[in-house]
Amino acid sequence: MSILILAEHDNKSIKSATLNTIGAASQIGGDIHVLVAGSNCDAVAQEAAQIAGVTKVIKADAASLEHPIAENIAPILVDLASNYSHILAPATTFGKNILPRAAALLDTQQISDIIAVESADTFKRPVYAGNAIATVKSSDAIKLITVRGTTFDAAATSGGSASIEDYSAPEATSLTTFVKAELSVSERPELTAAKIVVSGGRGVGSEENFAIIEKLADKLGAAIGASRAAVDAGYVPNDYQVGQTGKIVAPDLYIAIGISGAIQHLAGMKGSKTIVAINKDEDAPIFSVADYGLVADLFDAVPELTEKL
Amino acid sequence: MKILVPIKRVVDFNVKIHVKSDGSGVDLANVKMSINPFDEIAVEEAIRLKESGKASEVIVVTIGPEKAQEQIRSAMAMGADRGILVKTDAPIDLGGVEPLAVAKTLKALVEKEKPDLVIMGKQSIDDDSSQTGQMLAALLGWAQGTFASKLEINDGKIHVTREIDGGLETLELTSPAIITTDLRLNEPRYAKLPDIMKAKKKQLDIIEPSELGVDYTPRLEIISVNEPPVRKGGIKVDSVDALIDKLRNEAKVI
Repeated sequence: MSILILAEHDNKSIKSATLNTIGAASQIGGDIHVLVAGSNCDAVAQEAAQIAGVTKVIKADAASLEHPIAENIAPILVDLASNYSHILAPATTFGKNILPRAAALLDTQQISDIIAVESADTFKRPVYAGNAIATVKSSDAIKLITVRGTTFDAAATSGGSASIEDYSAPEATSLTTFVKAELSVSERPELTAAKIVVSGGRGVGSEENFAIIEKLADKLGAAIGASRAAVDAGYVPNDYQVGQTGKIVAPDLYIAIGISGAIQHLAGMKGSKTIVAINKDEDAPIFSVADYGLVADLFDAVPELTEKL
Repeated sequence: MKILVPIKRVVDFNVKIHVKSDGSGVDLANVKMSINPFDEIAVEEAIRLKESGKASEVIVVTIGPEKAQEQIRSAMAMGADRGILVKTDAPIDLGGVEPLAVAKTLKALVEKEKPDLVIMGKQSIDDDSSQTGQMLAALLGWAQGTFASKLEINDGKIHVTREIDGGLETLELTSPAIITTDLRLNEPRYAKLPDIMKAKKKQLDIIEPSELGVDYTPRLEIISVNEPPVRKGGIKVDSVDALIDKLRNEAKVI
């Protein structure tokens, strides 16, 4: 058995979700190869070669691969597929965009967002916004899988000494061209990889009031999250959203502030190690999953907490 | 420009679902069903393109039981022109009609209807796979713009802004293309009563999967469906000081 991992990166370094995906692959067992498709991405290939458990890195380096356009990357996966029993990608917007395109071209029914490996062909995945867990068995010859990063340990970034093989990428697609990216520039840790996450909900009340959340997050060196209600109300951008329709997080500490705890939100954070809820409504459902609940007005409690930490 | 909007009949997003005690699936008996919320956004976007004069016809299609006509009628009440139901009694949430099979069905319909654009939800809130749009784009060899938060069409050029981890990305797609919708693309309208009445008279064709040459035998076997592990609530603390003490000395996370 050989497993191909589609690496997510920014042409400079590997994104952490890739390491968790390799972690899932090591539970399946077999040789682990990593595809690094990018432009001037040699540093990424070198980094991938050091990852514990990786035996080969396939580097597709071409100007057309500077941005991860599915129409360009899926054909590479299809071309390489016959050498592998499994192809895995992180269940991020990167992996979710590309892998189903390759799966359809391979006439394979992809398995999305796995949270556990039962055997080489059987996996657990959440359905119905995490309110049910399905155990599914694939009969396809090649299994294409996206992996929920928060439920698998990251592979170590050192200890490997894989060979790097060049792959010449096919001609670029004429269907799709990259126009621009507007990435939020932040000194804060990435939401899905942070040890501490501070999230605000509708109770925060406005975009301006989110400064209270930001101050606490900065004091703790935490990432900032938000409920769907806060995103819908326009307090913060969508990429802050924690929940089934947003990001899935599982930090050591999750602080939910002014968040009622809709099922949708709980699905995105209930894997956190310790959960704190601060809400003035003592009946808010968030308290049913919180290790420590504080019934208080957030406009008093949060500044006090920030000051005393 | 003709737009095809695939929609799905799913458990209403407000319903708390129950897993069947025999582990075979989720209990859907006597549960409120609705259009998948992301698909409703797709219907809205297509109607807006028609209202702005950019689209000429909006066709809604679904795969599901006889009763899925209700969701087509709802989309028609919003403003879609006509509907197609590909009728099947196979489960459409789990262990039945899978994303690849849906994509193959839609491919056959696209070849028949020849739309210039397909707009659909980024995922359904039952199976949560988030695959069908990308698969359809692959099977047709079309461009894909997934997780769209903004869509602009001018002189045959499609500019789609996508919600990606860390921010936004804008792509230019050649027509025809597949768009999948994210939450912030628009806010779907509520249908007005006269439009609900009018929708009852719109054309709705019912066809069999066999007419499209597709097979709904699943590739994935559902071994079991279970409740997720329950997280127990902890304690309430009475002050910020008590909270800090617990986090420092008990949980040891700060």
